[in-house]
Amino acid sequence: MPLEIQIAKALADFALDVSFTTGNSPLSILGPSGAGKSMLLRCIAGLEHPDRGRIVLNDRVLFDSEKSLQLPARERRVGMLFQHYGLFPHYTLGENIAFGLRHLPDDERRRRVEALLERAHIAGLENRYPREVSGGEQQRAALARALAIEPEALLLDEPLSALDTHLRSQMEAQLQEAFEQYAQPALLVTHNIEEAYRLGEQLLVLSRGKVAAFGSKDNIFLNPPSMEVARLTGCKNFSRARAIDGHHIEAVDWNCRLLVSRDVAGSHAYAGIRAHHIHFVESNGDAGTGENIFPGWLVRASETPFRVTLYLHLHQPPGRGGEYHLQAEVTKEKWKRLRDRPLPWQASLSADAIFLVRE
Amino acid sequence: MTTVDWSPIWISLATSVTATAFTLVTGLAAAAWRERRSGPAMALVDGIFLLPLVLPPTVVGFFLLLLFGRNGPIGKLLFRFGATIVFSWPATVIAASIVAFPLMYLTARAALEQVDPQFLQAARTLGASEWRVFREIALPLAWPGVLAGTILSFARALGEFGATLMIAGNIPGKTATIPIAIYFAVEADDIQRAIAWCAIDVVISLALLGGLYYWTNAQGPGRARWARR
Repeated sequence: MPLEIQIAKALADFALDVSFTTGNSPLSILGPSGAGKSMLLRCIAGLEHPDRGRIVLNDRVLFDSEKSLQLPARERRVGMLFQHYGLFPHYTLGENIAFGLRHLPDDERRRRVEALLERAHIAGLENRYPREVSGGEQQRAALARALAIEPEALLLDEPLSALDTHLRSQMEAQLQEAFEQYAQPALLVTHNIEEAYRLGEQLLVLSRGKVAAFGSKDNIFLNPPSMEVARLTGCKNFSRARAIDGHHIEAVDWNCRLLVSRDVAGSHAYAGIRAHHIHFVESNGDAGTGENIFPGWLVRASETPFRVTLYLHLHQPPGRGGEYHLQAEVTKEKWKRLRDRPLPWQASLSADAIFLVRE
Repeated sequence: MTTVDWSPIWISLATSVTATAFTLVTGLAAAAWRERRSGPAMALVDGIFLLPLVLPPTVVGFFLLLLFGRNGPIGKLLFRFGATIVFSWPATVIAASIVAFPLMYLTARAALEQVDPQFLQAARTLGASEWRVFREIALPLAWPGVLAGTILSFARALGEFGATLMIAGNIPGKTATIPIAIYFAVEADDIQRAIAWCAIDVVISLALLGGLYYWTNAQGPGRARWARR
């Protein structure tokens, strides 16, 4: 694999201890704030030194504690996009991009900078200072500057978090484009679940310095290895679970028996289902007869511009405390059809969507 | 007053300019060196660097006399090469540099410390050597602070009296700076001469500080564009 990482470093209140390898495709690193995501990137870039371990990039050893080998950041050829871009304020965008190309002859350097400006869609802005351009343009320049040195790996530290929503989707598209052209290991740190999913092909979930999940993003979202990973990837609904037979569990907290398609064997302690996997049966004919369909009363609804979160109480009307069993997420259109129908609604928990975790 | 001896003006100016240039380089180097280190030993280093600011200039001068005197460790060494520092013009530069050094060191360090480390790290990932990081990123971004330190150092060097008197004495035309000329004029009861030198000192100080201030605020719109609020 082009990038092999195996490092340990003691931090203030936990230890960063990760090992994984990644290929020539973007890897999203997802985790809550303070999980050690940025520290991991900084160790790869050579801005921090791990206590132990080994980092190898395309057969070049960047760090090896056993051989006391520590390549300085300037020799690693690892491009880094900082959270606040780190554009040098006293240099123009053109000078910023040219900074890593000092070794080239003048006209060659000028040609390269022009090509990079073009590719980043900021041609014509080379004589502006960073504070004279917009946040999106700053980010483009910072990305162009990182790519200028033709790095063998690209590290992005929360690249979109400083942008407003409108720019964010625009920049996301641009990052995707850059990743396609780049075709080398790219590590993207984020705490935004959707961003992690859209931009990465592989996903690594980091929690308190440890790899909580690593692999194909679809598999992690469908079969999270632990409750923590399920939570970190946005799952809201959990219940204690007891196996009844090979295909059924008792969901203790939801007070029901569920058919599941996953293997029940083994001691799974919890069942979970994502909010958007809960559907509502709209025909009145055979209400409540199928498997995994339960009457649900609406406790409250929380609207966002395009989607609505419904808090449901199963089996009987909710008490005054506002307690609920499940959070379901539906589109606005569905909500318009649903909201005038009499309670209870028939909530369907598809057997394929229910996952089981040990802890 | 028969013929007026203007030499204290030139001696004062030459001493201050030389001492400021000297302090700028050493103070900046010390600040850059110190900024990368930490630990208990560094507290002692800081103490030593700042000592000339705390001690009375006469004490600094006396120490210098012990060091550079004919029986002092440095003085002996220099004497072997036929050089004597004490009571010569270089002695005024040494005295002024030592007392001005802490001001340069302190301001330069504060200025370097407030440079966002992200810029330095970005430069490193782009392949820049540590020297280039300092020269092209840290120093330009810390420049307003370094400039302030230079002005402070110059002001301190221009006003230096105690240490200079101890190690350089009052040799007209060689080591007699304006402050020393004033002191000896007062001692000789020549009040008119003392007042004249005081007036000259005020005019020179105002002109130089005003000029420096004006120069630092008007470095052309092109270069300052990045920093404008």
